[in-house]
Amino acid sequence: MSDLPEIALYVHWPFCQSKCPYCDFNSHVRDQVEQDQWRQALVRELDHAVQEAGPRQLKSIFFGGGTPSLMPPETVAAIIERAKSSWQITDDLEITLEANPTSVDVGRFHGYRDAGVNRLSLGVQSLQPDVLEFLGRLHNVDQARQAIELASDLFDRYSFDLIYARPNQTIQAWREELNDALALAGDHLSLYQLTIEQGTAFYTKHRLGEFKMPDEELAAEFYEVTQEMMEASGRPSYEISNHAKPGQESRHNLVYWRYQDYAGIGPGAHGRLKIKGQKSAVLRHRLPEKWLGAVQSYGHATREVISVDLQEQFQEALLMGLRLREGVPVSRLKEIGDFLQQDRLDILCEEGLVIQSDDKILATEEGRQRLNAVLDYLLN
Amino acid sequence: MTDLSKIRNFSIVAHIDHGKSTLADRLIQFCGGLTEREMTEQVLDNMEIEKERGITIKAQTVRLEYKAKDGETYILNLMDTPGHVDFAYEVSRSLAACEGALLVVDASQGVEAQTLANVYLAMDGDLDLVPVLNKIDLPAADPDRIRQQIEDVIGIEADGALEVSAKSGIGIEETLDAIVEQLPSPDGERDSELKAMLVDSWYDQYLGVVILVRVVDGVLQKGQKIRMMSTGATHEIDRVGIFTPKHETVKELGPGEMGFITASIKSVSDCQVGDTITLDRKPATEALPGFKPSVPVVFCGLFPVDASDFETLRESLGKLALNDASFHFEMESSAALGFGFRCGFLGLLHLEIIQERLNREFDLDLISTAPSVVYKIHMNDGSLLELHNPADYPDVVKIDSIEEPWIKATIMVPDEYLGPVLTLCTERRGEQLDLTYVGGRAMVVYKLPLNEVVFDFYDRLKSITSGYASFDYEMVGYESGDLVKVQIMINGDPVDALSMLVHRSQAEFRGRAICARLKDLVPRQLFKVAIQAAIGGKIIARETLSAMRKDVTAKCYGGDVSRKRKLLEKQKEGKKRMRQFGKVDIPQSAFLEALKMGDN
Ligand SMILES: Nc1nc2c(ncn2[C@@H]2O[C@H](COP(=O)(O)OP(=O)(O)O)[C@@H](O)[C@H]2O)c(=O)[nH]1
Ligand SMILES: C[S@@+](CC[C@H](N)C(=O)[O-])C[C@H]1O[C@@H](n2cnc3c(N)ncnc32)[C@H](O)[C@@H]1O
Ligand code: SF4
Ligand SMILES: [Mg+2]
Repeated sequence: MSDLPEIALYVHWPFCQSKCPYCDFNSHVRDQVEQDQWRQALVRELDHAVQEAGPRQLKSIFFGGGTPSLMPPETVAAIIERAKSSWQITDDLEITLEANPTSVDVGRFHGYRDAGVNRLSLGVQSLQPDVLEFLGRLHNVDQARQAIELASDLFDRYSFDLIYARPNQTIQAWREELNDALALAGDHLSLYQLTIEQGTAFYTKHRLGEFKMPDEELAAEFYEVTQEMMEASGRPSYEISNHAKPGQESRHNLVYWRYQDYAGIGPGAHGRLKIKGQKSAVLRHRLPEKWLGAVQSYGHATREVISVDLQEQFQEALLMGLRLREGVPVSRLKEIGDFLQQDRLDILCEEGLVIQSDDKILATEEGRQRLNAVLDYLLN
Repeated sequence: MTDLSKIRNFSIVAHIDHGKSTLADRLIQFCGGLTEREMTEQVLDNMEIEKERGITIKAQTVRLEYKAKDGETYILNLMDTPGHVDFAYEVSRSLAACEGALLVVDASQGVEAQTLANVYLAMDGDLDLVPVLNKIDLPAADPDRIRQQIEDVIGIEADGALEVSAKSGIGIEETLDAIVEQLPSPDGERDSELKAMLVDSWYDQYLGVVILVRVVDGVLQKGQKIRMMSTGATHEIDRVGIFTPKHETVKELGPGEMGFITASIKSVSDCQVGDTITLDRKPATEALPGFKPSVPVVFCGLFPVDASDFETLRESLGKLALNDASFHFEMESSAALGFGFRCGFLGLLHLEIIQERLNREFDLDLISTAPSVVYKIHMNDGSLLELHNPADYPDVVKIDSIEEPWIKATIMVPDEYLGPVLTLCTERRGEQLDLTYVGGRAMVVYKLPLNEVVFDFYDRLKSITSGYASFDYEMVGYESGDLVKVQIMINGDPVDALSMLVHRSQAEFRGRAICARLKDLVPRQLFKVAIQAAIGGKIIARETLSAMRKDVTAKCYGGDVSRKRKLLEKQKEGKKRMRQFGKVDIPQSAFLEALKMGDN
């Protein structure tokens, strides 16, 4: 055990084989990627992040995207190696990689395991052929099943993502699909309700009326059914959209939600960490080419480093923390400062949306389902 | 000075759209008051809204010179009068400056409700009438039928009614001849003490406050020190002039003449319409028969949508009041709508026109509360309270009785729509006074409480008669009624902007309607919202808006906290357009919509 402060590392890989119509993540399609340059640049920016963060114990590394399963395993290995040698590591270092289930991606799974990845998160999205097509995915149901199988063989832990509450989906159909998924699931599942985001193909189609999204009532029912089934399967939600057997939560994501320190490298990566004692928000350039050029010239592609003041920290701690079933420790909030609007909190408690105990503030089931409005009420 | 026998002061009375303005233009054009080029359409309606809506709001006057068949040149002073009874008061004061009027009736439409109302006003003023059948160019024109109708309905001789097309210029000369031959010349004594009637006043950008006058006795000249008989205030005249319709300075205005004066008067409010102007040095002993001041009968609150527009609104209202002595306003504050003004109007059209002018001329987005009327509340202690705003309703236990204003409404409608019209009037607590048929049209006269009329009566009437009904009303006075204050409450907090005084028999219906409407308008909240209507402590209607069921962002990925922050900021921004009621925030727009009751 060391006394060094903990940190998690997020690595963003911005490339995909094609752009999914619902996706507003920082992902780009490129014919060719100069793999050597990218590997070197990521490692260089990691060096810079190490400088920024100072001496730390590393808890977790997460390769996200985009499609990180398009990364050559050597690149993954180089980053892992460098991170391990730059920071102290904890015994239970979690290293997650997000993977798409196409055969090309699956072909690299062995390489990732050898590089040190011990947790795989698969973007399955659906187990129905027509839905995969609607979602613009490049894999089919069989490939998804094979990918899950291989992941379970190769990695200590694995998880996969599904998107539900889709146009025309019925509650009954979702129950069946989720049951199929549970038969394949490991200890962790991420279940996201489809969100129509600006700047995506779906946004335009939706506006043009090409499909209809479930209304609030139906969306609520989808959510409740999901909670209930996941609870019954022994993988209760520990966050709004994330479910796991107790102890099998994604430690990396817990760092975000617990508002602990994490550094980010790669295009558009976010970090929230103490830099020389000051909690700061770090953001890298989003565009891959711009990012690469900047790292090659300056050793990093930082777009901004902003100090987060105490009131903002307080808000952010709640914005993130109330997403967790476990809630936010009161001690954590007190550490930041006394920004709590107790009268508002009392009303939320009276209404059964929030529970306040001596050591915790947490959103109830009801409260989590309406969290945006709860936070608006509590913080604005 | 002009020989009295060579002067004719006249106005034109008509139902809206029967062609009054067009005819006035033709008369001006014929007499050469304006060259072809200067002749913009409808020169007398000079406010933009008047042009667009084709209604005359402010009375205007023009002096015409006409060489008649007898070879003599006559001075014809034409007063344009508002066509709508909301402005009945302006109509009567303009008419008081005339000896006669052209009664214009559309030769295809015939007599309409406002035709009658205006004829009666003219008759009250002892004016001689010359009937004019306009629009005879229209294929549907039926002059003989309309002549008969005028005789039947109005009861005046119409055999000699002129056949005119103001639009194509038919019968214009005949009309001018009829004015000279059939209308009387004014009386008046040049050597008597000055008596001039203050017909109107307004603020002109170049001239300052302008007073429109009709001289009865004596002479008005530049340099005279005049005295307003009602207040005793004195002013020195700096200009005497006429409108041709361009303004033109003249040496003097003698008996029987119309024109304007300016006298460095600061504000229109110093000029009481109907006042008698005399000379300070040699005053008249008796004033001309006075006018009743214009009394607002309909009130509503006007609030800026954007609270920061409050000062602009205040200034804009001030500017409007400068030009419209019948418009009143005072500050008001409301929990639901913030700071604004309580405004008084001559009627619903007046209200609409002012609102439109504010939107258009001053570019202000406004919320107006439901129009209400003036109630007289007799208190237990014997005092009398005039209630302009339901929010000021006193404690019920202190009230002895309440009186509400009633009107006499005349509705003319094609027979096939009569049934629904009668039903509507009955629903609105109307008492039928008369029902007759006039050439295929029914004419119904109802006594109705004004507060039932300000509540979407026009709109309903229009929709149930496909726009074929014409409507007119006059005030008949106050009568006591079983009126109660209905309060709308959101989670127990009263929303003052939505409170209303209604007859007990209507309370539940109205309360239910507004609650149901609000339920649709208010977005679901984090908390359950109770929307209630109550009379005193008694709930008469209730709707429950259930709490929202779901509002959460599904994914929160890559540690992007900033995105969460942005949402929080956006929510905060949205709250600026909300009003807080206890725990819930309600968008201002919901109240606005609820006030538009209209179609339920
Ligand atoms: N066909 C025809 N239309 C006319 C005649 N006089 C007026 N109008 C039209 O009737 C409408 C109302 O005329 P206007 O003079 O504004 O009526 P006001 O409301 O009485 O002042 C306008 O569209 C005119 O062009 C006419 O003699 N013949
Ligand atoms: C970084 S994304 C995608 C990772 C990987 N490239 C993939 O597509 O599988 C992580 C997850 O967010 C979810 N997601 C992305 N966009 C979404 C949207 N518009 N609505 C709901 N979930 C979405 C998907 O389940 C996706 O697997
Ligand atoms: S959903 Fe995944 S694969 Fe599809 S575009 Fe987004 S990041 Fe790329
Ligand atoms: Mg007109």
